[in-house]
Amino acid sequence: MLDLSKYQSIGAALKDALDQFSKEVCLIESDREREKERLTYRDFKQRAHPLAKALQDAGFALGDRASIIMTNQSKWLISAYAVFYMGGVLVPLDYKLTPDEQWQLLKHSGAKILITEYPIWRQLSVAASRWTAPNVSTVLVTEAPKNADLAGARRWEEFQGSGEPVFEPRTRKDVACIVYSSGTGGRPKGCMMTHENYLEQCVALTSLYPFAPGVRYLSILPTNHAIDFMVGFFGPFICGAAVVHLRTLRPEYVREAFSKYRITYVSLVPLVLKNLQKGLQARFDELPSGKRKMFRALVAVNRALTKSRPRLGLSRRLLKQVHEPFGGELRTIIVGGAFTEPQTLQFFYDLGIPVANGYGLTEAGTAITVNDLKPFRADTVGKPLPGMEVRIVSPSADGIGEVAVRSKTIMSGYLNEPELTSEAIVDGWLMTGDLGRFDAAGHLQLFGRKKNLIVTEEGKNIYPEDIEAVFEGLPVKEFCVFAANYIWPQRSMVGEQLLLALHLEPGQTYTEELRRDISARNSKLLNYKRIHGVVLFDEDFPRTASLKIKRNALAEELAKLDRASAFLPL
Amino acid sequence: MRTLEQTTQEVLDLASKHFNVPAGSLVPEDDFFKKLGIDSLQTLEMLSRLENHFGIELPDYEVQGVSDFRTLASRIQSRL
Repeated sequence: MLDLSKYQSIGAALKDALDQFSKEVCLIESDREREKERLTYRDFKQRAHPLAKALQDAGFALGDRASIIMTNQSKWLISAYAVFYMGGVLVPLDYKLTPDEQWQLLKHSGAKILITEYPIWRQLSVAASRWTAPNVSTVLVTEAPKNADLAGARRWEEFQGSGEPVFEPRTRKDVACIVYSSGTGGRPKGCMMTHENYLEQCVALTSLYPFAPGVRYLSILPTNHAIDFMVGFFGPFICGAAVVHLRTLRPEYVREAFSKYRITYVSLVPLVLKNLQKGLQARFDELPSGKRKMFRALVAVNRALTKSRPRLGLSRRLLKQVHEPFGGELRTIIVGGAFTEPQTLQFFYDLGIPVANGYGLTEAGTAITVNDLKPFRADTVGKPLPGMEVRIVSPSADGIGEVAVRSKTIMSGYLNEPELTSEAIVDGWLMTGDLGRFDAAGHLQLFGRKKNLIVTEEGKNIYPEDIEAVFEGLPVKEFCVFAANYIWPQRSMVGEQLLLALHLEPGQTYTEELRRDISARNSKLLNYKRIHGVVLFDEDFPRTASLKIKRNALAEELAKLDRASAFLPL
Repeated sequence: MRTLEQTTQEVLDLASKHFNVPAGSLVPEDDFFKKLGIDSLQTLEMLSRLENHFGIELPDYEVQGVSDFRTLASRIQSRL
């Protein structure tokens, strides 16, 4: 691994890594049963430098912003490297957003260049909102069919300069990436992450989960996500490890990839982990009675022998039938993006597959705490990573309060949002909006959120105010969307729901017709953004002088209602 | 060669069988996430079944953002 303390920027560290590990495999790309590509670090450099040169020739300068909207694949990382090499700022966007949302963020970020895939560009290029982002002057599109209409874009594969690009150094305090944590409705929240944020986070994470040549990371979480960017790109690259991309994320191909590529690490969101648990459990339940008893006994033995620490070699021998389908080399499943239920974590640990659960926020540079597995604890999100100061603000009698974090990994602020930034970072401490408590062993336990926000099991952050547009014009006096846990705190990290608070017109009643109208509008939202129910409130919503709804005050009023009777499921 | 209507009907039949929903209770306009109560992973499983049935490969990007049976059927139709 490179000594990152010597480096000022992501670009400088990656540049040296490509030379130091030139003969090692860095990328494998597979589509179903076909391996499409296998690149060494030298190959990677040979692909990336002509792209960097062409961008430089096209006038892309130090500090310019370039956005990537792509599924996980080798060209994502090659493009990102080219941007860092030229001293650019990367804006990784979620390919699952709608074209309108993507254009909104492209506009907000001020990106000059967009690098995307043809199928995504097909939808982006015809969206009316395209013209709202004139700042995007160059679009590069990968994998476009031969005679495709590129709608003003250029082919990524042909966008190559000749000669060597000029490396542009950056300092640790310069912005490396603008990462949108959430918020595509009213106020996009673009976290400005510095080079230092990433360098420090990488040192902390790799101290617990080391990468090295020969280690293979299966990249499933979208690379625009802070976790995959770190453990599926920067982390493995500065250690000479390899990243495996799958172009088809069907469960059967993901399963096959574990053994085919002898995967060492993988990151998953809780939803996928739970699905994996369900599949394994079903397989165990199908075993004939005798074998099932024997298997349970082996699991119990493994649990006893790994109580104080994981013993991978032993677990692999003891529970061979479980470990073989995972390729026999899997060290840890990293789970992130949302809260994972303790029983799921325990299920895997008992099988000898440690799950590195932790807690983090994009604003904090990914992870704040991680379970160090010494010993494994399913009931907490682990201890603060090295370099992280974590405290509980205004704890109640039972020690629960808001989690605040201070470290070199905290973002420098939200892009163009000084007000939001000063609310989020107070005297150098990032106020997370999550409620937590430390136990006697120094492990952090979480107890729900203080913010009007939900985080889905797929790791999506949803700010209720961002989805209100779909209910505009609803025939009621006024409405407002909330996270139910914001109104009625449950001290739980699961079962979060969105609700629509309605104030009806005088004399109006909540009819089946109105319910259907709400339901139809709800269907227009992506499935994970949909509201679950309605709460009726029969007074005027409290508003500011400029007539904006005072959400906090309204939430306090709604909290006086009994949740069980007030919440009307859709 | 199937018509789009035939393809759509086969998609509906297969989905109702796979998720144990009464035949005839699904219509092309239905949002399959909502009507079948499935998540994104279960959708991927359904896509694999559809691929096997129609003998095609449906890249993930082709079905990105698709949530109703009619659009799904038209994406399948374009690859038959």
